Parts: sequence; structure tokens; C-alpha cells
Amino acid sequence: MIEWRWHLVWELAPRFVDAAGKTLLAAGGGYSIAVVLGLVLVLAQRTRFRPLTFAVREFVELIRSTPLLLQVFFVFYVGPQFGLVLSPWTAGLIAIGLHYGAYLSEVYRGGIESVPAGQWEAAKALNLSVVRTYRRIVIPQALPPAISGMGNYLVGIFKDTPMLSVIGVTELMHTATAVGAESYRYLEPYTMVGAIFLAISLPAAYLISRFEKWVRRTLGMVK
Amino acid sequence: MTEDMSRYPLRLEGDDVPMVRFRNVTKRYGPLVVLNQLDLDVSTGEMVTIIGPSGSGKTTVLRMLMTLETIDSGVIYVDGEPLTHMERNGQLLPASSKHIRRIRSKIGMCFQHFNLFPHMTALGNCMEGLVQVLGLSRREAEERSMELLDMVGLAEKRDEHPSRLSGGQQQRVAIARALAMRPKVMLFDEVTSALDPEVISEVTNVIRRLVGAHDLTMLMVTHQMGFAKEISDRVCFFFNGAVEEQGTPAKLFENPERERTRQFLNAVLDAN
Repeated sequence: MIEWRWHLVWELAPRFVDAAGKTLLAAGGGYSIAVVLGLVLVLAQRTRFRPLTFAVREFVELIRSTPLLLQVFFVFYVGPQFGLVLSPWTAGLIAIGLHYGAYLSEVYRGGIESVPAGQWEAAKALNLSVVRTYRRIVIPQALPPAISGMGNYLVGIFKDTPMLSVIGVTELMHTATAVGAESYRYLEPYTMVGAIFLAISLPAAYLISRFEKWVRRTLGMVK
Repeated sequence: MTEDMSRYPLRLEGDDVPMVRFRNVTKRYGPLVVLNQLDLDVSTGEMVTIIGPSGSGKTTVLRMLMTLETIDSGVIYVDGEPLTHMERNGQLLPASSKHIRRIRSKIGMCFQHFNLFPHMTALGNCMEGLVQVLGLSRREAEERSMELLDMVGLAEKRDEHPSRLSGGQQQRVAIARALAMRPKVMLFDEVTSALDPEVISEVTNVIRRLVGAHDLTMLMVTHQMGFAKEISDRVCFFFNGAVEEQGTPAKLFENPERERTRQFLNAVLDAN
């Protein structure tokens, strides 16, 4: 039977802390791209310019219907054949940013559609411009129902960062695999990866639900 | 199908320009004709009430005037200028959004379901248009909003969110919010229909005070015949997307000429 070696855990700890930082950076960077891109996509879908709404809808469907791993490979390996040479980090952030941007645009869409038609009409009756209607009336009300979906994808993007290990981003998974190759020990490194993911995901989910309640309270929308 | 617009004046001129004029206005939803070549004038300062069975197009009249609905033919004029169209090189063309926004600033509306902004306080609701549209300073906007909240009797509720207000209170805030923008025309779309019977008078009392107090022009859709009779200068009975009969409340309610008007009034009185 294989015994658990604590000394290995202590030895590896600094490397894993460093890798955890990179994982968080990848998740945070990818998520930042996705949050903004999702907003651009959903607003583009709501314009009256048909070719644009069509193109955006098809793009979102394409992204949502193909695996993230394929998209990561596509950006990293196929890109250079079209002259787009990217570092693993840049390619990885773009790929997960695109992927999660498509999903977030759907979350936003659901949030925006949950705002009653009467709110748009009241804004129009007050002669608010379209931009101000979104900024002052619609988005504040679309936000609370979108937060839980946005939070799920934040945890989701974090759990998907191991996909970036395949193109050489030295996040947690990549580090664990490297340790395994050097020391022929797999139990401790992969267990540590699991423990670190758990230690971050669980509190994050809790904080997100707290945040949602806080936003509702702050906006005076407690039911 | 394009309409020959040359038969409509570019603007209304003379001594007797109505505040609102519908000329030959038709509205369709697919095959359904909601308004059929409607002609309707409302004079400055006049209170006109629209009654009629559901589906007769009465709410659509208000929604078109507020530009919440487009029209399929005809022209609507507000304060002498076309609302749905604009003049370009001596011709009437469909209005640009800029033109619509300019004319729309003369119109305010209150809705059946209040449509207050739930994430803003009563005061915030009133200030929103003043700050964001009229560009008033926050201090000026607050001052003007408080005057109106005071007028509707809700000054002490200024910091409450709509979820903490009763239906009657919400509707009074909505009236204050619309009036704060100083419209020339106010539209009331079944503003008491969603209210409990015991609070209806809170809202009707506010509207009662508006009549005669300003030269505000008002168009109201209501199912409250008693209120309509008491408050209106003129009552229009709508049927199948057109004005079937109109006249002073006394004439229309007590001595209707048309059979359909009589049937409708009898049905409503029976229901009460």
C-alpha cells in the first residue's frame, strides 16, 4: 500500500502556492475578459441591425456547442498558421475569455429579459435616452438575477483553468503533472490540487450568494 | 404601402391649434385593426376621458401619443408640431428618434401598474428624469421633486423604496414623477384599475386637484364612470378602434345617442 508522505507535501507547498496564484490569475484574467465580452455580445444582440444580431447569435451558439479544450487548441495551434502567434498565457486567456463570454452573454440576456416591459416604458415616458435607460434603469435591475449565474461561471472558469495546462500554462494541474514526472509521486500532488480547488471554490460560492443578497438589499429590491 | 403625406399640414397654425391632434391614424397588429382612421382633437387645458369596452383601442391611443407604439398611417400632432413625423424640405417624413425625443418631452404618462423604478426611492424616482434628462442639479431636482411629493401628500415617504409603499402611494409617486418633468400633456392609463377600492380616492383626489389648477392637458382612460363623469370636460366612447360617440359627460352619460354607447353604459352600470 502506498503511504501518504507529509514531507513531500511541505516540500511542494511553495511551488503549489505559486501555481495557485497563476491559476487565480488565469481565472481572474479570463473572467474579466468574459464579463466585458459578454456585455458587448448581449448589447450587440439587442440592436436592430439584423446581420449583427445574426452573426453574434451564431457565434454564441458555435462557442457553446464546441468543447473548451478544442477552442484552446484552436487559438494556440491554429492561430499561428494565420500569423497569430500567441504565448500560452495570452492564447489561454483569450480562449477562456471567449468561451465564458458567450455563456455570460446568455446570463446577461436572461437578466435583461427579466426586467418588465413597464420599466422600459416608464423610462421612455421620462424621455431617458437608450444609454441612460440601460445604465440607470435596466442594468441595475438585471444585475441581481444575473449574479448567481455569473457566480456559477466564475467558479466554472476557475475549475476549467486546468485545460490551459495542455498548452503549457504553469497553473496547478501543470505543476502537479510536472511533479509527478520528476518524482513518480502522484498521490500527493494531485490530492493537493484537489484540496486547493476545494479550498477556493467552496468559500467563493458562499461569498457569491452573500454578495447577491447584499446587492438586492443595497438596491432596495428585497422581496 | 406608402401613404400620400402631402394632404397633411407640416404644422398646425392659427388661433385654435389643439394641443393634441390625431389625423387619420390607423394602427394594426398583423391583421387586427386596433385603431381605424382615428381623428381626435384635444384642446389646451382640456380633460378628455376615453371609455369603451376592452379591445376598443382606448389604451392604444395613449400609448401612441407616448410613442410606446408606432402608427401605421396618419399623423399625430402635439402642440402644433407633428410627433410621428418631421418636416424635411417641405415634406413630412417619419420622425427621427431625435425629433421624437424633443416632442415627447411635452408628454408625461402614468401607467396602470405604476412602473416605478424599484431600485430607487420615491424621491429618486422623481429626480431621475430631472437630473438625467433635463440636466437639473441634484439640489434643484430634489427641490422640485419634494414640491411634487408634497403635493401628492407623500413628502414623508421620500426615502422609501416602492416595495414599501402601498399601491395608492406608488401611483401618487408615479404622478409626481411624471409632473416633475412639467409636461404639457398628461396621460393617465387606467391608473386606478390595479388599486384596492379603498385607496382609489387617494389617486383620484390628486387628479382632481390637477384639473383646473394648471393649463395641463389631460387624456385619461378609465373604467370608473363616476369619476369620468365628474371630472371630464369631454368623454369619448371608443368602439372598434374609432370614436363611436363623444360629448360632455352630462350628454354622454345621461343622454347617449348611439345604441352601442347605451349598451356599454348599461353593462357597466349593471356590473357596479
